[in-house]
Amino acid sequence: MDAEITLRVDGTERTVVVDTRTTLLDALRERLGVMSPKKGCDHGQCGSCTVLLDGRRVITCLTLAAAHDGADVTTAAGLADGAALHPVQQAFLDQDAFQCGYCTPGQICSAVGMLDEAGRGWPSAVTGGEPGPLDDAEIRERMSGNLCRCGAYAGIVRAIEQAAR
Amino acid sequence: MIPFDYRRADDVLGAVTLVHEHENAAFLGGGTNLVDHLKLGVANPDLLVDVSRLPLDHVEPLPDGGVRIGAAVRNSDLAAHPLVRRRYPVLSQALLSGASGQIRNLATTAGNLLQRTRCVYFTDVTTPCNKREPGSGCAALAGYNRYHAVLGASPHCVAVHPSDLAVALVALDAVIHVQGPDSARTIRAEDLHRLPGDEPDRDTVLAHGELITAVDVPDLPITARSRYRKVRDRASYAFALVSVAAAVDVEDGTVRDARVAFGGLAHKPWRAHRAEEVLRGAPATDDTVRQAAEAELAAATPLPDNAFKPRMATGALVATLRELTREQA
Repeated sequence: MDAEITLRVDGTERTVVVDTRTTLLDALRERLGVMSPKKGCDHGQCGSCTVLLDGRRVITCLTLAAAHDGADVTTAAGLADGAALHPVQQAFLDQDAFQCGYCTPGQICSAVGMLDEAGRGWPSAVTGGEPGPLDDAEIRERMSGNLCRCGAYAGIVRAIEQAAR
Repeated sequence: MIPFDYRRADDVLGAVTLVHEHENAAFLGGGTNLVDHLKLGVANPDLLVDVSRLPLDHVEPLPDGGVRIGAAVRNSDLAAHPLVRRRYPVLSQALLSGASGQIRNLATTAGNLLQRTRCVYFTDVTTPCNKREPGSGCAALAGYNRYHAVLGASPHCVAVHPSDLAVALVALDAVIHVQGPDSARTIRAEDLHRLPGDEPDRDTVLAHGELITAVDVPDLPITARSRYRKVRDRASYAFALVSVAAAVDVEDGTVRDARVAFGGLAHKPWRAHRAEEVLRGAPATDDTVRQAAEAELAAATPLPDNAFKPRMATGALVATLRELTREQA
């Protein structure tokens, strides 16, 4: 079965016919050639496929493309403003927050979404009730959906601390 | 993955009718569990009816003082809602202890309740599993059963229900609103999930085509002092070995009222009625709480890999009630 969907991807409107079985991740990568979100586990466990969907961070491997007709998708490749990197992207460079780079687009989208959530006062399992400052424990908890098999976590935490300032 | 048709529902009755009339149809919410099962071959529907955009995405106060949670409210929005955080901290904490930020932004209230067990044999179609394929056997009995049930299991299934939200709702005496093809009904949260018995393929009492539309949480003053504690193999983004949802009202060192439910122990969230009975009217001490937990867990039948669970549940309840009691001292 096929479904026609229109997505706004990194500011450009794209219309494509997909098999209803296609995940949003596969629609982006295989059908639209948008290679920034990465396929890691394909089972919602690693976070490397994270994008901003209508402004909120989501994984794209466990959601069907057909369910998101009309949605706005921002990938890590769409965060920069022309030649000026997004502050989170710049922080990842400044703080050496990656090694192989495969998880990095997902980490960056997740960090952008997470900083927005924290800015709106969303609590976390660490804060329980009222959110406190984004310290090491808070960042690790809020970013626990993104794995880095190179183990660049120390740099990732520093980068997010820098971007949060 | 077998081919399936996808329809977006325009209204609740239309969605219910569509699924009711198609034997092999399923509702689609956030998809974070169902889409994984499509990939794994665990679920093979030929029609998905998307209910995630139905206007069931509000959290609103009820005239009687309770709160109504729409079935399509995202887990992250529910956890962050000011009304929920203030009046039902256990609910917010339970949600925040589950999954990841990216998943909570997709997952819905009803989908969270209807997610299926994470038993490794249930999700591995190459192994026997009575829940996935009735009559095929249970690979967990003689296999890896560290995460499995110690209460209410049957020879057919020792899986546990994975939801944290459901445990909190059971402790809060929540009521589930369900729409069927001919009529609507309500189900107490405690009665939504069932024990496996000889039908472990049925997680809940819902009939095919019945759709959860909302969850009502009653106005209980006790729940403003409530807590969720989750014990697991890593600090975040993991399912519970054992969890506790608890609320307690202590006056002059005596427990006036208590609500306790355990997760990770059974095929359903386990409301600890025996423990509550022991607690009511008793001195609010660690010894009392330990006795209460032990009364609840006396019937436990651990498996080779999870003999630690009754003690872990007891410790989790003692620690949780100690924190809540200290807040009221």
